[in-house]
Parts: sequence; structure tokens; C-alpha cells
Amino acid sequence: MDILPQIIVSGLAAGGVYGLVALGFVLIYKATSILNLATGEFMTLGAFVCLTVMTQAHVPFSLAMVATLVFAALLGIVLERVLLRPLIGEPIISVIMVTIGLASILKGLTHIIWSPEHRAFPPIFPPEPLDLGFAIVPSGLLWGFISAMVCMFIFTAVFRYTRTGLAMRATASNQQAALSMGISVKGVFALSWSFAAITAAIGGVIIGNISGISIYLGNIGLKVLSVIILGGLDSIVGAILGGFIIGILENLAGVYLGSGTKEVVPFVILVIIIMIRPYGMFGKEIIERV
Amino acid sequence: MRCGDFRESYLEDEKIFQSTFVKVWLVILLVGLVTLPLFANDYVMYVANQIGFAVIAAVGLNLLTGCTGQISLGHAAFIGVGGYATAVLITRFGIPFWFALPLAGLISAGVGMVIGIPSLRVKGLYLCIATLAAQFILEYVFINWEGVTQGIRGINVPPPRIGSFVFATEKSFYYLTLVVVVAAVGFARNILRTKWGRAFVAIRDRDLAAEMMGIDLFRHKLIAFALSSFYAGVAGGLWVSFMKIVTPEHFPFSRSIEYLAMIIVGGLGSVLGSIFGAIFMVLVPELLNVATGSLKGFFPNLTQIFIPMKEVIFGFLIVGFLIFEPHGLAEIWHRIKNFFSLWPFSY
Repeated sequence: MDILPQIIVSGLAAGGVYGLVALGFVLIYKATSILNLATGEFMTLGAFVCLTVMTQAHVPFSLAMVATLVFAALLGIVLERVLLRPLIGEPIISVIMVTIGLASILKGLTHIIWSPEHRAFPPIFPPEPLDLGFAIVPSGLLWGFISAMVCMFIFTAVFRYTRTGLAMRATASNQQAALSMGISVKGVFALSWSFAAITAAIGGVIIGNISGISIYLGNIGLKVLSVIILGGLDSIVGAILGGFIIGILENLAGVYLGSGTKEVVPFVILVIIIMIRPYGMFGKEIIERV
Repeated sequence: MRCGDFRESYLEDEKIFQSTFVKVWLVILLVGLVTLPLFANDYVMYVANQIGFAVIAAVGLNLLTGCTGQISLGHAAFIGVGGYATAVLITRFGIPFWFALPLAGLISAGVGMVIGIPSLRVKGLYLCIATLAAQFILEYVFINWEGVTQGIRGINVPPPRIGSFVFATEKSFYYLTLVVVVAAVGFARNILRTKWGRAFVAIRDRDLAAEMMGIDLFRHKLIAFALSSFYAGVAGGLWVSFMKIVTPEHFPFSRSIEYLAMIIVGGLGSVLGSIFGAIFMVLVPELLNVATGSLKGFFPNLTQIFIPMKEVIFGFLIVGFLIFEPHGLAEIWHRIKNFFSLWPFSY
């Protein structure tokens, strides 16, 4: 059997999860023009909370997931209120550095609370792999891909067709105009942070299902930066497509250039894109050139 | 009696040493630093050396991030480039340390300029992501370019020597570090009051306005990148010569964040701030180390959480200073100093 289709299919499946995490970045960026470098830590935290609720409280996965989502939403709101709101109007450099500090805090805390050892997630999806004829999709990747797609579909729909989504889009395009139309901009900020925390937590749980969780799960958050740069920082479609492309390229590199390159190829792609087309595939071309 | 800080000419404003008082205290500080090894033990000297390397690297980063406004998330990788360059130049090419160190600085500056090229086209957020990518790519190179870096085994570096005198102990190396630190700080303090330094600050404050006034943005940004990486390279070279070995795990992403934390805590755009920040951020983990050591009897698993504790504390310091004291320790120092020097008539 040819190996190439298999690689591409695995890449697509991994890319679906990347796309979901990238969505978290894009949602925050669109509403608040902030790049949240702590997204990776949101993922780790979400996965650990879900695992702990499942194993300690012995509740089924669906309930644990609900608890995780509530936790993530609260986390997003609290962080926005405590850390980001005092910095409204400060230079972008300070805000980015605050998210870096936040990442450091969350990383240390997860390390202290849940020691660094690697853990397996109890199986929550049916274990049968899907045989496509030309390629076999392992069950974890398959269900991960499906859930990522469903979540993306829901978030995109909310963003596009509900009043809340309309308020978020209005805030993204012009904060003052949105304010004068009676939209609570602060509420939208809090909402986008909790949305982002929720997508990151779901992404974390899915990845935890595929490959187990450890405190280093969050490193994927930095890798996803290449996805959003490729897709365009403010484009939801770009985040999804970029996720697929990066997933496939990464898998190709892992097979044909040696497995170590899997970690570094996304960053190489990132640098190339920043040099030739910084606004990505679908981003708005409003980058200030100097 | 002094009741304010008045200056009557630009010359006065640009003076490095603002008053005789400062000069006297600087001399006293210098004498104290020179005589420190006479009454300090090896551990204190080890920490003093670490502070020295951190000061050099932090001053470099502050020139780029604090003064020019170009955020860099890859400073540790540039320090690594300097460290590896020094190690390779000494062991592979037999170049003596005294030439290898500045050469390593230049190599590091070269790499920094390559990374800085995107700053021609993009800024702010995008540049910050580009330097982050550089950090990971360089880390990958350190581990996988076996032919030069010897991978994870690392390279053993002989200590520097003059004639038959070898800088092998903490105390002897301290003098070497001290000389480089004084030179580095002096240079940074001076460059900030030249045409170039003012151009850096102008770019940070408003790049379009700076360009309108005839500052070549690309050139000055690249120079800032080169300068900053040169400092990093020198700090890295000194560091590996002191540790006598260079391995890839010494230059992780978390260290880049530590340096950012140093300049934020110390004060962005201030040379004095970088010094304060470096001292503070080196001493905090050491004190934490001492504290965990003495509390070990009561909480036996305390040493396991030492590293994450450090991360949490650094994170809180970054966030706390950015929200409550954006100008850092340098500003606090300034306020305290003014309070005493202008007391009781501070207007």
C-alpha cells in the first residue's frame, strides 16, 4: 500500500485539531486585537481538568466535558477581567507580554498541581479504526477530527448567525461604533476570551485522547501560531484551512525528512510566510508596512 | 536647598553622571565590586558571575525591546549562538578565548540581523512571532547539527587564560566578567545619548514620525538587532567558558522569557533598569533555592516543585509589574532617590 495517502489522511486529522485551537487565537484576535500566547496552557489546563473530574469524581465523560467547558468559560472571563482590562489602551507589546507571563503562571501551576508524568486518557471513543480503502484512520484521530469539525461548525455558526456573534463582529470591525449601538464592548471581550478558552480546552481534550496528556501539551499552542499566520490572523476560514495545510506538511516532513523535523517545520513555514505574505492566505491586508 | 531636578542645557541633560554625588557613589560601588572576592565564598562568587552574564544579556535585550520597541522572544537562542560559536572557535579552530569572544559576538550579531530582516516588512505582533520561530529553529539546529554542535552531548570548553594564568575559579573569572559588564553597560549608556540611540527611541515611540524625520528605519532596526545579539553572543561566550561546557538544553524558550521578565521588572528602555532586573531575577530563584533547602525538613517534596514555583513567580512578576509599575524597578529607585534628595521641599 502506498504510504502517501496515509500520511495525508493523518495530517488532515491532526490538522483538524490545529484548526480548532487556531480558532481560539483568531476569536480573541478578531475581537480584541490581542494575540493570546497562553492558548497552549489553556489546552493543558482544560485536558487536565477534564481528566481529573473523570477519574476523581467518577462521572461519565459527557458530564466531565460539561464541567470542563464551564471551567474554561469562567477562566476566560476571570482572566479578561483581572489581567487584560487594566491594559486596555496600553501598547500591544505590553499586552503580549502579559499573556506570556500568564502562560508562565499557568504552566507552573499545572506542573505543581498535576506532576509532570505522562498520563493516558480513559478511552471515550469507539476503538475501531476507519478503513478508507487507500488509508486507515486510527480511531483517536478520526473522532478527534469529527469533534473538531463539529465544534468549528458550531462556533462559525454562532459567529455568523446569532445576535451575540453579530455583536462580536461589530466590535471587531469598529469598537466605537459598536459602543454607540449599545453593544457592551467589555462583555464582548469577556465573551471572546471565554470562547477562546473553551475551544482551547476542547482541543486539549481531543489531543489528550489521541496521545495522552502531560504538562508539555501546551507546546502545541505555539506550533498553532504557524497555522494562524498561514491562514491570516483574523480569518476563521484561514484558521481551518491553515490547520489542514500545516497538519499535512508537518506529517510529510516527519516521514520524508526525519521524525525530528516535525517539531520545527511549522516554524520554518511561519518564517517564510512572514517574509513573503505576512497577512496570510485570507487575512486582511492592513498590515502597516514601515 | 535642592527642591527639584533642574537642568539648563542639553549638555547637562545628557550627562552620564548627573552629579558629583553619583560619581562618588559609583566609585564606592566599583571599589566594593572589585574587593568583593576578598570576603565572599565560592557560592556568592558563582551567583555574582551569573548576575554578570544576565546583566550583559539583559542590557542587550533592553536596547532592542526597551529602546527600539522590537520585541524579541528568541534572546536565549542568540545567547546560545554566542556560546556555541565561542566553543567551536576555541576547540575546533584553536583561536584563543580573547579573540573568540568578540568573534562569537559578531557571529551572533550576524544571525540576529538575519532574524531581524522580517522587521523590514512587519512589526509588532508579527515580528514577535518571527523571533519566537527563530528560537525554536535555532534550538533545533543546536540539537541536530551534530557535526558542529555535537548534539546533546555538548562541547567541553577550556577556561580562558593569559600566559600561565588560568581563569578557572569563580573568583578569577569574576574579574573577567566584571570588566566585560562595565564595558557593556558603559557602551549601552553612551550609545543611548548618541544620534543612533535617539533614533532607536524615536522608532519605538512612533515609527512613521521617525521616518518622516529622516531616520532610515530598516537600517536602525537591523543595527538594534545586531547590537542586541552581539551583547547576547558575548554573554553566551562568557557563560560557556565559565560553565566549561555548552549543551542545547541551556537555551530553552523559557530562558528567553526570563530575559524579557528581567527587562520588564527592571524597567523597559533603561540601562539601570536592566541591571536591577538582572540582579533581581537571578537572586529570586537563588533565594527560592535557599528557602526550599531550609524548608525541606518540613515538606520533603518541596524540591520537586522548585522549577514550577520559579515559573509561577516569574509569571506573576511579569504580569504584576506590567499592570502596576510599567516602568519597573528603575522607576521605583528613581522615586525613592528623589524623595530623599528633594526632601523636604519636593516640587
